[in-house]
Amino acid sequence: MPGDAERVPLFRYAGLVRAYEAVRRFLRNPDALSALYQVVLCVLIAGVVYLALANAAENLSRAKIATGFGFWDVTAGFDINQTLISYSAQSSTYGRAFWVGLLNTLLVSALGIVFATIIGFLVGIGRLSRNLLVARLAGFYVETIRNVPLLLQLLFWYNAVLKVLPELRDSHVLFGGIVLSNRGFYLPKPMFGPQIVWVVAALVFGIVVSAVVAGVAKRRRERTGQRLPVIAIAFSLVVGLPLLVFVAAGSPVTFDNPIMGRFNISGGMEILPEFMALLFGLAIYTAAFIAEAVRAGILAVAKGQTEAAYALGLRATPTLRLVIVPQAMRVIIPPLTNQYLNLIKNSSLAVAIGYPDFVQIFTGTVLNQTGQAVEIVVLTMAVYLAISLVTSLAMNWYNARIALTER
Amino acid sequence: MSVAGDNHAGPGEAFVRTHAPVSLPPPVAMTGVLGWLRANLFSGVLSSILTILILVALALIVPPLVKFLLIDAVWSGADRDACLVTEARPEVGACWAFVRDRLAFFVYGSYPIDQRWRVDLFFVQLAIGTVWLLWLDAPRRDLAAAYLFVAVPVISFILLYGWPAIGLAHVDTALWGGVLVTIVVASVGIVASLPIGIVLALGRRSRMPAIKIVSVAFIEFVRGVPLITVLFMASVMLPLFVPATWSPDKLLRALVAVAIFSAAYMAEVVRAGLQAIPRGQYEAARALGLSYWPMMRLVVLPQALKATIPNIVNSYVALFKDTTLVFFVGIFDFLKTVEVARVDPKWATPVTSATGYAFAAMFYLVFCYCMSRYAKGVERRLGSGVRE
Repeated sequence: MPGDAERVPLFRYAGLVRAYEAVRRFLRNPDALSALYQVVLCVLIAGVVYLALANAAENLSRAKIATGFGFWDVTAGFDINQTLISYSAQSSTYGRAFWVGLLNTLLVSALGIVFATIIGFLVGIGRLSRNLLVARLAGFYVETIRNVPLLLQLLFWYNAVLKVLPELRDSHVLFGGIVLSNRGFYLPKPMFGPQIVWVVAALVFGIVVSAVVAGVAKRRRERTGQRLPVIAIAFSLVVGLPLLVFVAAGSPVTFDNPIMGRFNISGGMEILPEFMALLFGLAIYTAAFIAEAVRAGILAVAKGQTEAAYALGLRATPTLRLVIVPQAMRVIIPPLTNQYLNLIKNSSLAVAIGYPDFVQIFTGTVLNQTGQAVEIVVLTMAVYLAISLVTSLAMNWYNARIALTER
Repeated sequence: MSVAGDNHAGPGEAFVRTHAPVSLPPPVAMTGVLGWLRANLFSGVLSSILTILILVALALIVPPLVKFLLIDAVWSGADRDACLVTEARPEVGACWAFVRDRLAFFVYGSYPIDQRWRVDLFFVQLAIGTVWLLWLDAPRRDLAAAYLFVAVPVISFILLYGWPAIGLAHVDTALWGGVLVTIVVASVGIVASLPIGIVLALGRRSRMPAIKIVSVAFIEFVRGVPLITVLFMASVMLPLFVPATWSPDKLLRALVAVAIFSAAYMAEVVRAGLQAIPRGQYEAARALGLSYWPMMRLVVLPQALKATIPNIVNSYVALFKDTTLVFFVGIFDFLKTVEVARVDPKWATPVTSATGYAFAAMFYLVFCYCMSRYAKGVERRLGSGVRE
């Protein structure tokens, strides 16, 4: 340093300079820096969480709101109009209401997934059809449904379609005693005789044997190249055998038809209009997204694959079944998983039309009655996270099974 | 052949054709209208059956729909009497008079009538920024981005919320409603989600364990729960977590929820883009001596974001539809205003609900369809760039 012009004794600043150099060295050292960043982040998060909890404790004690899960065993005192397990307003607890709501959510989600998958695959394949009318109609369906909010569609189904059905007294009675009214749908309720056990046993037996046959056939095909008519065998075992037993056992099923009373309807099986609206809405909305996933999956299979299959002498149907679909499924499964998860999460929109799903019962009514927002919202989120996790695991397992085994 | 007399094919000679053969016209069934029909509508048994079924279904559905929406529709009137069935008009279609009467409510909610020019101005300046940024050939799109992401939020806030010091009266957010709220929620979600999403995506790919864990936990947590629970959390739990004196505004709570939710989804979109960038790009940037942030800012993110524009726009479409969920925490978005107006006794008729929903559906359809067309257009443009 050309220090003689200023004549400042350097040693006075030596400590500062050393500190500055140390800081510079520290800032140049990526490991040290990354440790610093992480510590800062952790401290920040811990601080925010601490402040939030401290505020919450203070606010809750001021508002005299109880904490903890003591409410779980308290009598609920409100009615639920669709219960899969026994429940009564007078004697059941909030905990019981939790399970009722959860089962209702799972019911509508499971049925929604089944219907959405069927419609979605049909529309997705239809969009690639050589039939212009089919392709255009499928395209119109996808573009329209995808671009209108699900909530609006649910409100439409509920308020503009199902709620304007006739009143109970002048309701439509369709074939087989199905009653359509704005209070709900009434179907004949199947009543099973004791012999039904044998039919169920035959069904289980058929499924087990079919699985065994499929395994044997697969090994045989891999060893010798010969194929067994697995589908025909499985069909006769799973459908034919139980049917045979059913007839042999003297058709042990009777139907309890809905009977129109003066003001009300008795007997039969009631399906809430809220449930129908939610199921329609979820299935139709999600199907549009599944259709897009299916279309993308099929398009992702290179054209050369089809040509190679034709060159090997395969006809159109075996080509589709043995070459295109297995490869397309690999592309379809991940977005399909996402759509299933979306459907489950979207079922929470039930609140808008009053279907007693998990959110409506638990995060709605129970929260309003107990006021314990923190516990209930946390529990709600935990439930949805658990459902999402289980669904992802199941789909990942399936995905791993069909994934390409590379060398 | 005697006709082609000039073709020489004598013994021991090669056949040489000197004239082009006369080409026959294609079979009648392969060309023209008939050929087109055969190729596109009746190419097989199944195809023919489907075609006929669809035509029958369309014949059953479309005419009543047109009749309801247009022919029997009521276009003007002062109250429900206009849309009721009378002797003179046995069939009543859509009650468009209801939409016309309540249109101001659908657009502005309860925003004070003499202040509504501020909302109009907000729409205009937002539209200018959006068009400028989205129009790919526009000049100085970097300025547009700065305008849209920095200036517009500030100006909009002053304009809508008011600033008494410069003569704009304060308008409480409880009065906001309709399309205004829908656009505000969507815009806040859009503007907030991209930067937060980028940070989260980078955090998720970070080599620092604490940062990675926090990002992954946040993203997976938010994506694993329904938006409605995030909204509930913001509306009932957030007030508990802050000092009692703050009592955050109802709209603000919903905005926080929407921003958090859309940021988690945006993070995954950006992550997909980051994964598509070849390793060599990172290594080349490092070799040039760039440190982490300059590398991301100058090399990686521009490429990653450009490649994911279609996905980003698609997640904006999802966000735009999701804004309807603020309905549940008592905010008057567009759908809620329709829902409220629908049950208003002044207009209560059997067709009011269907009309209101049809109008709302068209609104969302137009917006979302335009956005997804734009995404498709950008995708095609980017795709053509790759092939060159």
